[in-house]
Amino acid sequence: MFDTSSLAKVIFGRLTLESLPLHEPIVVGTFVVVALGGIALLGAVTYFRLWGYLWREWFTTVDHKRIGIMYMILGIVMLLRGFADAIMMRLQQAIAFGGSEGYLNAHHYDQIFTAHGVIMIFFVAMPLVTGLMNYVVPLQIGARDVSFPFLNNFSFWMTVGGAVLVMISLFVGEFARTGWLAYPPLSNIGYSPDVGVDYYIWGLQVAGVGTTLSGINLICTIVKLRAPGMTMMRMPVFTWTSLCTNVLIVASFPVLTAVLALLSLDRYVGTNFFTNDFGGSPMMYVNLIWIWGHPEVYILVLPAFGIFSEVTSTFSGKRLFGYTSMVYATVVITILSYLVWLHHFFTMGSGASVNSFFGITTMIISIPTGAKMFNWLFTMYRGRIRFELPMMWTVAFMFTFVIGGMTGVLLAVPPADFVLHNSLFLVAHFHNVIIGGVVFGAFAGIAYWFPKAFGFRLDPFWGKLSFWFWVTGFYFAFMPLYVLGLMGVTRRLRVFDDPSLQIWFVIAGIGAFLIFLGIVSFLVQIAVSVLKREALKDVTGDPWNARTLEWATSSPPPAYNFAFTPVVHDNDAWWDMKRRGYRRPLTGFKPIHMPSNTGTGVILAALATAMGFGLIWYMWWLAAVSFIGLLAVAIGHTFNYHRDYHIPADEVVRVEDARTHLLAAGAKS
Amino acid sequence: MSSVLHRSYPLFHIAKFQQGSTVRVLRILALLPLAAALSGCDFVVLAPAGDVAVQQRDLVVISTVLMLLIVLPVMALTALFAWRYRQSNTSARYEPEWDHSTQLELVIWSAPLLIIVCLGALTWMGTHLLDPYRALGRIAADRPIEAQDKPLNVEVVALDWKWLFIYPEYGVATVNELAASVDRPIRFSITASSVMNSFYIPALAGQVYAMPGMETKLHAVTNKPGIYRGFSANYSGAGFSGMHFAFHSLAAADFDKWIAGVKASGGMLGRSDYLVLERPSTNQPVRRYGSVDRDLFKAIVNMCVEPGKMCASEMMAIDAKGGLGREGLNNTLPLAYDKYARRGAVFGPEPTYVAGICSVDELKGQSAAKSNVPFDTTPLRGAGLKRPPFSPANPSSTSLLLGPRPKSDS
Repeated sequence: MFDTSSLAKVIFGRLTLESLPLHEPIVVGTFVVVALGGIALLGAVTYFRLWGYLWREWFTTVDHKRIGIMYMILGIVMLLRGFADAIMMRLQQAIAFGGSEGYLNAHHYDQIFTAHGVIMIFFVAMPLVTGLMNYVVPLQIGARDVSFPFLNNFSFWMTVGGAVLVMISLFVGEFARTGWLAYPPLSNIGYSPDVGVDYYIWGLQVAGVGTTLSGINLICTIVKLRAPGMTMMRMPVFTWTSLCTNVLIVASFPVLTAVLALLSLDRYVGTNFFTNDFGGSPMMYVNLIWIWGHPEVYILVLPAFGIFSEVTSTFSGKRLFGYTSMVYATVVITILSYLVWLHHFFTMGSGASVNSFFGITTMIISIPTGAKMFNWLFTMYRGRIRFELPMMWTVAFMFTFVIGGMTGVLLAVPPADFVLHNSLFLVAHFHNVIIGGVVFGAFAGIAYWFPKAFGFRLDPFWGKLSFWFWVTGFYFAFMPLYVLGLMGVTRRLRVFDDPSLQIWFVIAGIGAFLIFLGIVSFLVQIAVSVLKREALKDVTGDPWNARTLEWATSSPPPAYNFAFTPVVHDNDAWWDMKRRGYRRPLTGFKPIHMPSNTGTGVILAALATAMGFGLIWYMWWLAAVSFIGLLAVAIGHTFNYHRDYHIPADEVVRVEDARTHLLAAGAKS
Repeated sequence: MSSVLHRSYPLFHIAKFQQGSTVRVLRILALLPLAAALSGCDFVVLAPAGDVAVQQRDLVVISTVLMLLIVLPVMALTALFAWRYRQSNTSARYEPEWDHSTQLELVIWSAPLLIIVCLGALTWMGTHLLDPYRALGRIAADRPIEAQDKPLNVEVVALDWKWLFIYPEYGVATVNELAASVDRPIRFSITASSVMNSFYIPALAGQVYAMPGMETKLHAVTNKPGIYRGFSANYSGAGFSGMHFAFHSLAAADFDKWIAGVKASGGMLGRSDYLVLERPSTNQPVRRYGSVDRDLFKAIVNMCVEPGKMCASEMMAIDAKGGLGREGLNNTLPLAYDKYARRGAVFGPEPTYVAGICSVDELKGQSAAKSNVPFDTTPLRGAGLKRPPFSPANPSSTSLLLGPRPKSDS
């Protein structure tokens, strides 16, 4: 009954040999490089017999610290991909003048700018922010782990699954050509019948499960697992901003999940939520996606604000100025971030009153944000500022972010937005706040907490080099875009015919190249620091003379974080302990109850990824089998009774004694 | 409506007064980028040719200056504190426990608040005054609108990937070329054929989205003759980069000449021509049509350019009367529009369309003027598709989502 072609169709769905982009030399070249690199990496892991170690100690870990580190690695790896997209766009826009088509055709270029946005937000910024929260928050509140350690592992691997799907789209099929928010009707089946948008949908759906669960986990952790004495108003500011961020995640990611589910219903079963015909409304999609999308901006930037608060206070050697107003500002931003989504599309034809309402609510957010800025400023006031790397990032942030904030408020004035909307001015604005806020914050956080995670500092020379390349690169790359926006140049253009614009794109391209040097310097910094780890070693666990609880334990912290749960009497708990002559307990250790590692998270995420792949390519059997597998493994896991173990008291004594020796040796030298 | 707003809302007068005096100072500031413009760069957003864009530019400048009032001190203080309280400067005061000051808190919350109050008031007034749906109140800063300033109506359709402009009062149409006469208000009615675009001429006025099945409005006026650039400001697919057009701002006499030229160029844009034109194509040259189907725009907005297709407006009229009931499902599946809908979704129903209906809009059009739509007595078929069966619906076979599929061609 079946001929071979229909059999192939059943097995491979839409996937044929033509789906592989063998005709695009750039993609083939990339594939060769990635494949060689991948083979080299896998070969090395096999050669050094690391698979067992990686599986037991890392992939299956439920330790929030290791999961946090894996999130950071994911974010940095994906940063390389997202940045490769960025530099390709910059190059295309710098050369496609005067009749030149540049080197990218529309099919390829449109995928690149879509992938750049999706990857940078979902698989760079989110993992970096989540990674830092995962690592730091339990330590800051004196907890042993997060509330649901297995869920944490599962969340991480789901995020990886989403990233894997997006990466596969580079070599198998294609990615969406719709812009990073995939507005219908363009993203609907009628106008994007290929697999690109399906990769987009399932990549984000798989990763979105991880993000939502991780949000629930961290809220629960912060609410329930704080050390005794740590009232809400004694929580470190980073923990506060993390709490607000996770509240935003839990409240907004379901909207994204729902809107993407509706879009997939449109694409798969022919419903008409967002079609032009049959009463569908694409405008509804635009509203819904921004009801998620605007809080998303604050999801990213609030933890960065927290990092800057910790860093400013530590490196100024001073209490944070206006802790209470800082907390209220954070909460106000959290609430208001739900009342501003329409400012992303003033130009869609809402009435003047609606537009001005959303414009004014947007401006109101700048009040608490401005208050935060002043709080950092007055934390520096009458301090003793040490310009270590984290503080340098913070000062660069303060200069850069006010510019981004100013252009943001400008775009919130609807008539001004009418002339600047979707222009390169807008592109410059959001890179200004995301790079100036989130990326600078992530780098400040990495430089600040790296010694905590690994027991040695990052090399300052390469760090400063990276800092200066990034900061100057940022200004060179994005100030020209502000200029171009004022010349009325819109975003996502592939070719230009006005030669007077070219110089600005060339400058922006040079800026992107400087940022490239900044990224390279950052990677070199890590490599050099690993090589020089003995010289950069920190045995105290508190290299910065810091103020919060994570610095009370060793670097890296033991699996159980704190042998005894600390008791908190002050905002800056560790500072307070140091001031009152805290002495580490040396005896009386007890066995510590800890969660066990499990491979279920990896398996579930792998099945979810396979299901996504099956749905993308219409391989229904694969989707069905993976879905049944998902259910079976999830149910099976409920019968896993080996979920916890006790670290014996002897082991705790051994670890703590080793630290005592180290501290004594450090004090002598 | 505008006069009512003015009378009942005295703040507008204050706003205008304030704008008038501040703007004069700010014009000088706006000239700074103009200096750069002399070196070959065209800061069209800061130096536009139309009064609406000029007012929008003023708002950009005023808002920026308002915010600089707080941004500049913050930057200066950052630099000052970072320098003064550096670790090596031991002469600076060091107060590690100082973390609160009620006076300072009041200042740091109220200073941004005051700025936002001003900016918010400006926003409220500016947004209402410059609402693209609101008819213009003035031609230029010193010229209120007069009764004889009859607006020029232009119907704009964003196609894949070119722009169609229809001039209903002149009965002509152009592709990728737009013209208007100086100091005459323009009223744009904007729609799109397939996906979202944004209609934007930076020199003339801010942008408004162009969306299929919907009509948006934009009011504008041009004050300086010249040729300006217009384009789509919302990514719409592969040919997006080439989706731009020239906007000719002409003196009244030149505009009449231009219209006469288009008329003389002959060519007719009927519905079937439109259906060919709307197919995706990139980097299209200027095209001119000496005459145009007078109901074309209405049909495009209602997604019923194909002869015999039910219009969205008719569908809505039927629904407003309570719909056609369950049986009506069979007759009123006509709105399948998305161009590639025939590819279908994976599990979805086969696309269907109306088998036949008396189109009210077309009747009206015929009674008002001679319609150019050729009268065709063959059975009506949507978009060149096969005719569906006329068999009455079997309610039990009605699918969960959309109704029955046509079973055969017979």
